[in-house]
Amino acid sequence: MTTRVGIEVSIAVADAVRLTNADVIAAYPITPQTHIVEHLAELVANGELDAEYIPVESEHSAMSACLGSAASGARTFTATSSQGLALMNEVLYVASGMRLPIIMAVANRALSAPLSIWADHSDMMSVRDTGWIQIIVENGQQAVDNIICAFRIAEDRRVLLPVMVHLDGFNLTHVIEPITLPEQTDVDKFLPKNRFPLPLNPDKPVAMGGFAPPVIYTEAKWAQEVCIRDSKEVILACWDEFGRVFGRQYHPVEKYHSDGAGVILLTMGGISETASVAIDEMRAEDENVGQVRLRLWRPFPFEELRQAVKDAEIVIILDRAISLGGPGGPVASEVKAALYNQVKRPKMVAFVGALGGRDITVAGFKNLIKKGIEISRTGSQNEYEIYGVRE
Amino acid sequence: MEKYAIYVPRLIKKQENFAPGHRACIGCGEALAIRLAFKALDNNVIVANATGCAEIFASQLPATSWHLPWIHTLFENTAAVASGVEAAYKVMRRKGIPLPENTKVVAIAGDGGTSDIGLQALSGALERGHDFTYICFDNEAYQNTGNQRSSATPFGAATTTSPLGKKSIGQFSWKKNMPEIAVAHNIPYVATACHSYPFDLMDKVAKAVATKGPAYVHILSVCPTGWRSATDTVIRLGRLAVETGVFPLYEVENGKYKMSLNLPKLRPVKDYLKQQGRFRHLSDDVIQKIQDRVEIEYQKLLEKAKNGSKTTKRKSRAGAGKVPA
Repeated sequence: MTTRVGIEVSIAVADAVRLTNADVIAAYPITPQTHIVEHLAELVANGELDAEYIPVESEHSAMSACLGSAASGARTFTATSSQGLALMNEVLYVASGMRLPIIMAVANRALSAPLSIWADHSDMMSVRDTGWIQIIVENGQQAVDNIICAFRIAEDRRVLLPVMVHLDGFNLTHVIEPITLPEQTDVDKFLPKNRFPLPLNPDKPVAMGGFAPPVIYTEAKWAQEVCIRDSKEVILACWDEFGRVFGRQYHPVEKYHSDGAGVILLTMGGISETASVAIDEMRAEDENVGQVRLRLWRPFPFEELRQAVKDAEIVIILDRAISLGGPGGPVASEVKAALYNQVKRPKMVAFVGALGGRDITVAGFKNLIKKGIEISRTGSQNEYEIYGVRE
Repeated sequence: MEKYAIYVPRLIKKQENFAPGHRACIGCGEALAIRLAFKALDNNVIVANATGCAEIFASQLPATSWHLPWIHTLFENTAAVASGVEAAYKVMRRKGIPLPENTKVVAIAGDGGTSDIGLQALSGALERGHDFTYICFDNEAYQNTGNQRSSATPFGAATTTSPLGKKSIGQFSWKKNMPEIAVAHNIPYVATACHSYPFDLMDKVAKAVATKGPAYVHILSVCPTGWRSATDTVIRLGRLAVETGVFPLYEVENGKYKMSLNLPKLRPVKDYLKQQGRFRHLSDDVIQKIQDRVEIEYQKLLEKAKNGSKTTKRKSRAGAGKVPA
């Protein structure tokens, strides 16, 4: 039986990659992802992980090397953050379009300008439509578990899509948490060997990445859409199996006292844990509030979300990213869209906050929820509210 | 010619790795150069192809000209993709995963994909020392998108983005010296080649791929469409580029320069320029400027080659056949 030990989350993520026996890691350093790749480089240097570590000259090349590696049939990992993710952007579309099972940890961080190295979800939202499966975690244990799950999901023959695991920069990557690292033998049993069906191989030549004339492109994209939608079934089965083997169960929408709650706060990422404390305190004060947290961002968990908020009167959504000149935050837009055609739908209030490392405290969340309830009753001229801004 | 018909099949194998039927323009030097380059190799090769003419004209889904495993992803990243393939094979082999023996990785790109947008990825891959070969098929502009200038476009050439105008004589800068940039990475093998010297080209590609570590081959590929030249002058123009010293053929093996041809006297650059519409507007003054520059660059190269042997064993094959101007 494994024990929980205090370990920095980045180190634990690297150790999770070690447990998957990854073949190739191609990465470029960027704060706050550095501790993940530094530790991986160290594991390779010490012979604790038999892998090729490619110290590429940019994130664009990191993801490009991952394409070549995954296309050759090797188990492939990288990690990045913020500007690095933005620089990778065009390569991300290729990874999913070519159905290459690449795993990437993203230490979520704000996008420049102004330069900020601190956490928010701007980077994650900028790659929303890249066709990657996207999982968001809230603590170190979830990060470790979902890195391992990500490989199993991505490499499944029914899926063959790249997977991002998002964890907040600094607030998560750089903190020491009690984490249980799974045993190697258990991971070996849980995670089958990577058998990419059509690798680049001179014995059986394949041509990958030809160009699609109009008569083919739509079909290619639709096939990809069907694939990512259907991947949810595999993701659910993977999390169920993980729960059976390791005793920790994950869901596309995580519920926290949300059943029967009149007011539900919807959050994503590490800040959700602070929000949960606020929920506890408010419930102790006899407020009928609950919380849901999105674990799966892509494919979007429509059914699970609708189920989770079906009895709520008010849903308050917090985005850690801003869609400038638009409706506020991408999460709120999508939640509203997912619920719009429901016969019975809650009132929805959107907030944007906690940008660029700005904290929202427990008291802050209580304040935010109360403000949200008030807006839902009085109505607002604004598409969304920005929380905690000095004007 | 009769002698060639007898001897060529004995010198090179019949097998094609790059099939005909693709959509290249009439008289495409690049298609010929690719065919020759991969004819020089066995079928143990994985090809990473940058976006560009060759990728577009030979890969429209669901068809392909490639008999080799082939991957195209983007424009600027082909050296990085090749790095990933090479690293993957290395580690999978080490871990005992069954793979074909002696697999080679060859990255190919045009001059824009190499000397402009792909330079960083190429530099990174050369510096890291991956065991792969990078071949630049240089047709001296972005021909796939319609003849826009690149940093490999020669001085004075009119392109769609370095047009001739009242205030412009065409390309305003001198051609970037990509082979020298490759040499500066201290890699074991760098060579220049041209499809008009087919045996030399094939020898160099075979040698590059057999080299352990990174190798770079820069192949001048005449583009009648972009160069505004007659489609039946492709071979001749390649010859003239070499014989005028505009595009010298040489190798750099472990830092040692070797000229591939012994040219007692360079032909005037005018012989080369006058057959191309892209240079049609150049005045004698400008042509002289080009002549001077070519001579200086050629001399610099000869100086570097002085320490190596004066000629190589390849000389006789490279020099085979005289082409009338």
